[in-house]
Amino acid sequence: MSGPLSGFGVVLARDLRLAFRRPGEMANPLLFFILITAIFPLGLSPEPELLRTVAPGILWGAALLSSLLALDLLFKSDYEDGSLEQLVLSGHSLPVMVLAKTLAHWMVSGLPLVLIAPLLASALYLPAEAWGTLMLGLLLGTPTLSLLGAMGAALTTGLGTGSALLSLLVLPLATPILIFGARGVDLAVQGMDPVGPLYLLAAILFLALSLLPLAIATAVRISLD
Amino acid sequence: MWKLFHQFGSPPHFYRLAGYLIPWFGAAALILILVATYGGLVLAPADYQQGDGFRIIYVHVPSASMSLFAYTLMATAAGIGLIWRIKLAHAVAAAAAPIGASFTFLALATGSIWGKPMWGTWWAWDARLTSELILLFLFLGYMSLRAANDDTGKADRASGLLAVVGVVNVPIIHYSVEWWNSLHQGATIMKLGKPAITGDMLWPLLMMIAGFGCYFATVLMIRTRSQVLQRERNTHWLKEL
Repeated sequence: MSGPLSGFGVVLARDLRLAFRRPGEMANPLLFFILITAIFPLGLSPEPELLRTVAPGILWGAALLSSLLALDLLFKSDYEDGSLEQLVLSGHSLPVMVLAKTLAHWMVSGLPLVLIAPLLASALYLPAEAWGTLMLGLLLGTPTLSLLGAMGAALTTGLGTGSALLSLLVLPLATPILIFGARGVDLAVQGMDPVGPLYLLAAILFLALSLLPLAIATAVRISLD
Repeated sequence: MWKLFHQFGSPPHFYRLAGYLIPWFGAAALILILVATYGGLVLAPADYQQGDGFRIIYVHVPSASMSLFAYTLMATAAGIGLIWRIKLAHAVAAAAAPIGASFTFLALATGSIWGKPMWGTWWAWDARLTSELILLFLFLGYMSLRAANDDTGKADRASGLLAVVGVVNVPIIHYSVEWWNSLHQGATIMKLGKPAITGDMLWPLLMMIAGFGCYFATVLMIRTRSQVLQRERNTHWLKEL
């Protein structure tokens, strides 16, 4: 296989295989997502009325936090064993390579959140009509979160500062995703058309897909210096 | 054009030029701020709704606009530094960040003090307050990332990249938050056509913004000079100085 996309499939398959060999680590974001969602009814009250109104915010906030959780691992082991350096030196287009890595990361940490979201939504008494909007919103929003997170992870790899700095870098940039995602679900709950926020999420996703791989690649190069 | 670019990018040249400019900008800032303070606190009439309470805008609006200006300037300088590898541009970006964060904090604090009697609350989840708060976190993230890197060159480029990504994101954040919730009063100066503020109140405000701008330039040059001193500590021209 050659051309600008050569290596994309190889990196994707490699990262996925590595992830599946450590199922415990893979399950962490998902468990975290469930746990955060479970904490709120405990802290607020088990009243269905209240939970229904705060559910969009809770689910999206929980998705945002759990997508941050796994980011530490995205470049760390590759940085430590030198394979990240090999990737840079391989002669393949680095933005494409990091896009493959981010896609693999999203498939093991973002996609499960999308799939389990209806279950948690029903636990928070979110009406079934809004589940589709929730899933579609998460499907459009979590890849952007992964891309933003990958940039933060690439910038902090090798600094040894832990994930607090990473959260400080990524969370402010991720606020639009949270707003549009939660607002879309909110509109669906109220029986209105949620298509506006979903379009905006899609627009942001395409902007992120076109620009952030370049930024991630630059960040990887800076970190390896 | 390129010669000028390179000349301005050379630290010794900048060091001398800034040393010459600082007193001028400092004096201009002092005069403008003093006159505007007199105009704003004494000459301008009290607002028919807000009474004398509105006078805090003479600090609030200039610091809010400076906070945005500082972020744009920081990101532009960082972008120039990343693309053309000009070290001085990175020094400017590094020097601008803490000043910008202080302006942001000042805008939030004065807004909060004004909000208590006017809105009846110290803090409201209003669109512009919230985006200003997010701006503060963007500044803090930039500064922490810079502080976490021991190597100056690496810190420059890593935090510079963050600033550039941030500046692309700032409009998106701003409009998303705007759309989310707004009870802030509409803009009064930058409206097309006639400003919705009387001339007696307006001129001290514009003068104050100009004064804050001069102050920002002064402090920025002082801070950049000390950045240059720190970064070029092993060079010839500094030893000769």
